[in-house]
Amino acid sequence: MRERLVRGRARGAGAGGAPGRRPRYGEGPLHLLLMLASFALAGYAGVRLLAGGQWPLVLVWFAGAALLHDLVLLPLYAAADRVLVRCLPEGTRHRARTGYVRVPAAVSGLLLLVWFPLIAGSTDPAWVAHYEATTGLPGGEFLARWLLLTAGLFALSALWLLCRTVQRRLRAASRRRSETKQRSADGG
Amino acid sequence: MGAHPPFTPPTSPSFWRSPLRGPWLTAVLGTVLLAGITLLFVTGLLSYAAYNPDLAGGLNDRTPGKGLLGLYLFPWPTGPHWLYRLTQGLHVTVGVALVPVVLAKLWSVIPKLFTLPPVRSAGHALERISLLLLVGGVLFECVTGVLNVQLEYLFPGSFYPLHFYGAWVFMAAFATHVVLRLPRTVRALREGRDPRAAADDTGLVAARPDRPTVSRRGALGLVGAGSLALGLTTAGQSIGGRWRRIALLAPHGAGEPGSGPNAFQINKTAAAVGIRARDTGDDWRLTVEGGGRRVRLGRADLLALPQHEAALPIACVEGWSTDDRLWSGVRLRDLAALVGHEAEPPGVLVESLQLHGAFRRAALRDNQVRDPRSLLALRVGGAELSADHGYPARIIVPAAPGVLNTKWVSRLTFGEW
Repeated sequence: MRERLVRGRARGAGAGGAPGRRPRYGEGPLHLLLMLASFALAGYAGVRLLAGGQWPLVLVWFAGAALLHDLVLLPLYAAADRVLVRCLPEGTRHRARTGYVRVPAAVSGLLLLVWFPLIAGSTDPAWVAHYEATTGLPGGEFLARWLLLTAGLFALSALWLLCRTVQRRLRAASRRRSETKQRSADGG
Repeated sequence: MGAHPPFTPPTSPSFWRSPLRGPWLTAVLGTVLLAGITLLFVTGLLSYAAYNPDLAGGLNDRTPGKGLLGLYLFPWPTGPHWLYRLTQGLHVTVGVALVPVVLAKLWSVIPKLFTLPPVRSAGHALERISLLLLVGGVLFECVTGVLNVQLEYLFPGSFYPLHFYGAWVFMAAFATHVVLRLPRTVRALREGRDPRAAADDTGLVAARPDRPTVSRRGALGLVGAGSLALGLTTAGQSIGGRWRRIALLAPHGAGEPGSGPNAFQINKTAAAVGIRARDTGDDWRLTVEGGGRRVRLGRADLLALPQHEAALPIACVEGWSTDDRLWSGVRLRDLAALVGHEAEPPGVLVESLQLHGAFRRAALRDNQVRDPRSLLALRVGGAELSADHGYPARIIVPAAPGVLNTKWVSRLTFGEW
């Protein structure tokens, strides 16, 4: 019942409507009510959001954020991930190995994305002077800290991979030993 | 390589190859965001209330044109004394930690941006406009918030109206989206597995999936690792103590400025807001006014009044805060009594010597003046206030946002705005 209120009658072929004729709105009455309520509230706040003298820029920021994400950021990191998957050798362990690079790279990238103003700013003497004069804290260290965190993330991942590999080999070796024992016992 | 077509446009369902996409992953991420964004909205509204924007003809209000969006406002309490520290610390830390979840959620539904036909019906057209407000809104809020806590004020206009009205535009679209998608989300979570592409009603399941390189749970683990890393490098600037040391990328993390009892976080230094040594020297006088009376007091006069102590934090709208510091000075209600407001003192208008800054004049409500822990502080941790912490005298009020704890106070006007 609820689904019907929102989505309307089964799309395309309404049970009571003329066959093959699509309703123009295409959704249920609740859908229309929700949309109207939502746009009215968004309009009420939107008028205030755009009330300043810089309203064209606010619009650019609002729509630009969505466009920049959908058409630049997402394709960029998706392409980077594809390159990574292609670069690593094929094989049974391929899938697991991808993660060992993907996770630290993604986490480091996220830290850079969110804290980009601080990290990039810390290489600019004018920015550092402004930050230090405002907060009283050292401002030139953010790039170094991000690099060290990145190094730590990759090192941790390498250590983990190493441990897993050693563990697997040890297990395989002990399995081989017990199989040999079994065979010689059977043979004896 | 098989018979792949030479070019597949993103409008084709076979362009999207990830085997991870499907209603289950989107539903899990959507559920996390439903909880997280609700928390951000509530703590954001609380932060606005904490400024007491309706006081003194809107002196503390950066969005005076709010109209009905301020209907919920209420007098901000003074207890528990860590209230604003908690709500605003959560707002900023959770906001930062949710960035990977927002990105993952958008990734999980990106094929829908390119579906053909772009508009199926009038209802579909309205929904797509609403989705532009949803996606533009969430990114706009992330970007303005994340830039503001990094003292990077590049946005077009003042932060407060952009983030506040932007939040309402976003929430209008968000609430609608939640209502429309909740039934499908619940079904996806109950079923726990995605339908096959042919039976998929969401348009998310890949028609021609690639071989998986990570499981769906692994992908969620990656998002979680991102949130954890952002949270760990941020939370310490709010939690304080030893945690601050690992908040390596937070603007007020890693360490404290200077040494001694005054070595704790500074919002704006004396130099940054134009305080000169000669303004705060022996000639400095505090003017206390109200009810037609006026008293002028030097620092020695203030120290001769009864001194009281209060252990209170500074908590900034930017999400960082200090541990409780032991402040000592004169109670605001004792200062009100000097100009005749003895029994039930009114609110106070506080003015600072500082030349720049939106809050160099700020208003405190009567409940804040009456709280025995609200001080005009002269000392902190047993030492004189440093210049950067507001020497010769500063306001400290329990649970109030940092900007209302005015530094370098020059005038207090009780009961008149």
